[in-house]
Amino acid sequence: MFKIKPKTTQVIAYSVLLALTVITIAVLVFIILFIFKNGIRELSWSFLTQPTKEMGKEGGILPSIVGTLLVTLFSIIIATPIGVGSAIYLTEYTKGGAIRRIISFGADCLAGMPSIIFGLFGFIFFVIMLKMGWSILSGGLTLAIMILPTIIRTSEEAIKSVPNAYREISYSLGGGKLDTIIKIVLPTALPGILTGVILGIGRAISETAAVIFTAGSSLNMPTSLFSSTRTLAVHFYILAREGISMPKAYGTATVLIIIILLINFIAYRLMHKFISKYY
Amino acid sequence: MIKTTNLNLFYKDFHALKNVNLRIKEKVITAMIGPSGCGKSTLLRVFNRMNDLVEGTRITGDVLINDKNIYCPDCDLTALRKKVGMVFQRPNVFPLSIFDNVSYGPKVWGITNKTTLSEIVENSLKGVNLLEELEGQLKQPALSLSLEKQQRLCIARLLAVEPEVLLMDEPCSALDPISTAKIEELMVELKNKYTIVIVTHNMQQAARIADEVGFMLLGELIEFDKTSKIFTNPADEKTANYISGRFG
Repeated sequence: MFKIKPKTTQVIAYSVLLALTVITIAVLVFIILFIFKNGIRELSWSFLTQPTKEMGKEGGILPSIVGTLLVTLFSIIIATPIGVGSAIYLTEYTKGGAIRRIISFGADCLAGMPSIIFGLFGFIFFVIMLKMGWSILSGGLTLAIMILPTIIRTSEEAIKSVPNAYREISYSLGGGKLDTIIKIVLPTALPGILTGVILGIGRAISETAAVIFTAGSSLNMPTSLFSSTRTLAVHFYILAREGISMPKAYGTATVLIIIILLINFIAYRLMHKFISKYY
Repeated sequence: MIKTTNLNLFYKDFHALKNVNLRIKEKVITAMIGPSGCGKSTLLRVFNRMNDLVEGTRITGDVLINDKNIYCPDCDLTALRKKVGMVFQRPNVFPLSIFDNVSYGPKVWGITNKTTLSEIVENSLKGVNLLEELEGQLKQPALSLSLEKQQRLCIARLLAVEPEVLLMDEPCSALDPISTAKIEELMVELKNKYTIVIVTHNMQQAARIADEVGFMLLGELIEFDKTSKIFTNPADEKTANYISGRFG
């Protein structure tokens, strides 16, 4: 039997953990580089600003860019207040207990549900039953339901991590419950809540299955919330699946990735600006 | 003046305060001492009904502040807490600017005028001898201050809502001796205007600053008297044992 020196164990642990991290980053970088390598030469001003022609074989992807942004924006506008509101209710108004556990459990289940189920639900409920048709409205509402659990759970965690002392102090100064929540708890929890919203945006913007059923796949420029639209992810899927044009498919994917990176970058900058102000 | 009659407090099945009868005089410093878990913090939190936030708390008996029962069913809780301010163990400043920390209280009380708010903030900071030191830094994050200044800021934040009673729950336990001395000086200064009740583990501190001292043990108020009497000639043997360091 031989004994490993404690120092050697440290070195091994360090190397293994480092290797695991490198693998994670490498996979990410590889995917992005692969898409970019195939898609970057498609990028041009006209690709970004022209309407789509011949089912996507020719022309640009402007209608899809606009559609994607509208569907995502709409879903976030709907989901954020509902999600943050529920999180506030769960953390500040229910005193632990069964209700909170049941709702949290439900939210966790919803978060793990395959997105195509949401798509099917959205199709039956919004598109057919409520007669909204394939539209930005149906797509946005479906995505809102889909990302709601993410926003609720992250906001809940963020609000729970606000020190209880802040609440006590606010009460001890004569602040009411609502003052305390709006002026103390929410601002303190904001970075965490924002993280949830960013995760939600990421899920919504790149979603395919749920929107193809609900927002449809029209290539026309959307004119209202009732227009059908084809988001970038759906466009990419159809281009590749039906063999219309692989170069255009990679071009679309590149644009989608760049948009996601941009949104994340801006959101994190905003967050840091906020945090560094008071910490 | 704070007066309790046959005050009992239960956390679910736990009898935390047993038949406490005491009178706290106006504009003096009253210190509550006793070993950990004796109920002195709980007693403090009775006076601004902070215990209401803990589920399963039950209270019997009377608590009068200036002859008004603070546990009447239709009492205005926020008004009580405005009148009876509290300083906590850790200097818990909000992650906001210095100005916003102090102006938080007045703002929730509906003061929106900027000049009035500035005046209140300045007077409150002056009240804790922070105004000169922080001149021109009011927009800075409060968390960037030293712990001692943070605790002063917490007191200033209280003064801003014009309380009558200041409850202090071991306000110096997170501070070094020099900072502690400064906060103690401040307390002595403040007693001209406010009734101060302090809970402390530090018997020297009680001896230095308090006018009257209450000794608690296992939820009971064993003895309550002038500071000099408690520390030189206590009436109860348990008090004598505690202050001479034989237990606790």
